[in-house]
Amino acid sequence: MAKELLKGNVAIAEAAVRAGLQAYFGYPITPQTELLEHMSARMPELGRTFLQAESEVAAINMVYGAASTGVRVMTSSSGPGISLMQEGLSYIAGSEVPAVIVDIMRGGPGLGNIQPAQSDYNQITKSAGHGDFRPIVLAPGTVQEAIDHTVLAFDLADKYRTLVFVAGDGMIGQIMEPAELPPMRQPAQTRPAWALTGADNRPKNVVSSLYLGAEKLEALNKRLQAKLQQIKENEVRFEAINTADADIVIVAFGTAGRIAKTAVTEARRQGLRVGLFRPVTLFPFPSSQLEKLAARTKAMLVVEMNAGQMVDDVKLAVNGKTPVQFYGRTGGAVALPDEILDQIILLDKRYPAKKATPNGQGVVISVA
Amino acid sequence: MVDVMMEKAPEKVMWAEKMVYERPAALSDIPTHYCPGCTHGLIHKLIGEVIDELGIRQRTISVSPVGCAVFMYDYFDVDGAEAAHGRAPAMATGIKRVQPDNIVFTYQGDGDMASIGMAEIIWAATRGENITVFFVNNAIYGMTGGQMAPTSLPGQVTGSSPNGRDVEMTGMPIRMAELLAGLPGASYVVRRSVHNIQTIKQAKKAIRTAFQVQMAGAGFALVELLSSCPTNWKMTAADSLTWIKENMVPYYPLGDYKVADVVKTLNNRGK
Ligand SMILES: Cc1ncc(C[n+]2csc(CCOP(=O)(O)OP(=O)(O)O)c2C)c(N)n1
Ligand SMILES: [Mg+2]
Repeated sequence: MAKELLKGNVAIAEAAVRAGLQAYFGYPITPQTELLEHMSARMPELGRTFLQAESEVAAINMVYGAASTGVRVMTSSSGPGISLMQEGLSYIAGSEVPAVIVDIMRGGPGLGNIQPAQSDYNQITKSAGHGDFRPIVLAPGTVQEAIDHTVLAFDLADKYRTLVFVAGDGMIGQIMEPAELPPMRQPAQTRPAWALTGADNRPKNVVSSLYLGAEKLEALNKRLQAKLQQIKENEVRFEAINTADADIVIVAFGTAGRIAKTAVTEARRQGLRVGLFRPVTLFPFPSSQLEKLAARTKAMLVVEMNAGQMVDDVKLAVNGKTPVQFYGRTGGAVALPDEILDQIILLDKRYPAKKATPNGQGVVISVA
Repeated sequence: MVDVMMEKAPEKVMWAEKMVYERPAALSDIPTHYCPGCTHGLIHKLIGEVIDELGIRQRTISVSPVGCAVFMYDYFDVDGAEAAHGRAPAMATGIKRVQPDNIVFTYQGDGDMASIGMAEIIWAATRGENITVFFVNNAIYGMTGGQMAPTSLPGQVTGSSPNGRDVEMTGMPIRMAELLAGLPGASYVVRRSVHNIQTIKQAKKAIRTAFQVQMAGAGFALVELLSSCPTNWKMTAADSLTWIKENMVPYYPLGDYKVADVVKTLNNRGK
């Protein structure tokens, strides 16, 4: 299939359709609305389900219902709508039905604005609803990656019977660039054994997140945690550019990661040994990979389009092995490569290079 | 006297065994957790009987509410989902839209539907979702231990209206059947009660019609059922049935609030 010029939101929608999406429920919100609009035309055309819900509360519960029947189902929204979905997300997680959620993030808090931001990082990676659960979170940095992540999201959701987020920002949703769509896959003809299809010649199936009795609910939680462990072991994804010899590593995801790439190129041109580490899965977070890098780098710079959210995960990962500096823009502002470069130069001056220790671990020599 | 009877050879009496009542196949053979005298169980039984009679058990999917009926999926031997508080109509919409051949019903309390879930039920009715809804109005938040519900009567003493429902502060109770009947998308909206044999029989008929509407693809059907809560009303089971009759029925008149033409033709076809 050839490359076409595609807008991020439309590309995600069409990728979902081609991944065998059977039902879409959503509510308009900028900067993801083109996604819903594309679905409104495409899904009925293919004889599949599209419904504009009365609210995000209703949309996520429609997703919950359709997911209970074992089909591929999805919704999309942005910060304010994701907040409204949280109760439903928690029920979906507790019932272990697969579903894909696209969050095209905008500036917050409150109504905030409609410009690109990464301000939902904590919300979707750590507290997507009440109770102990964590969705898989994929963070595309290009339209092509948004397409690939959407397809992957459905496969992971089915494989682990879990929630998967595709977390883009307004830039990813709105940008147009050449990308290749996947071939069309038809929705599955058969349903999983647990699905609600009617108790016809089999014992009844129940989809519920209610487990009365501490033992039963603890058993569910243990199962969910074991699944998360498996996900952590098998599904970590990241991109590392020029990190092998880097003194300073920038850690950034999505659009911030893409801009940081330009800053890295410029820094290298100026003779600075700078690399980029771009988490592709925000959960599971590539902690051990970062920890290994930390031993070799003299400092890390975390760049985000928020007031500092992923930086906490980076600090946890490197666990004091290297200093971690944060640079962020908020409210829909996006850092330019020059701003990032300025931060790199500051860091480079502030921290001398690490000396190799006998056991291969680096040590940080602090400067007065 | 005894002797005289003994003298005659006793006639042989033939006892023909005749089953007069059986648990509907649509109901699981387990006890419910409902309080003595609560009519949730009775309403379950009526729904179970109708599911059997219509032969739809194998293709029915129930959607339980959050409320006393939260365990409905245990009590019915059909596939079942458990929705978030008030969201059963949205969940049922999701199920029915991808599984149009299944018979999907929700079962919701007054707090679930008329308070937290108002938007979802209004919109399911407005879209004319082809689902069947049972609205069990017991004028109280049963499961949380008896707080004021959107349908609690003026002056009704509850856990959160200790001096009686003050309608100046909280507004008047909501009449859901009347409200939903006003929506063009709804096909069948009626109110029934279960406080005596006569009303129970009428309730069962309405339950049957509400399923038949869905089977014919004729749109949104809702049966509101006035139901008792002796525990939280702090009454005996018998008194609570009288309370429905004397206090609830006058404010919530029984009757048919919307029977669309498409439903009338269904009935005319006999079944
Ligand atoms: C979001 C949310 N809010 C509140 C509750 C607590 N809650 C559980 S049941 C219930 C009221 C149920 O009353 P009703 O719908 O009338 O059903 P009944 O128990 O009377 O049959 C409430 C408020 C909840 N589970 N979820
Ligand atoms: Mg109630």
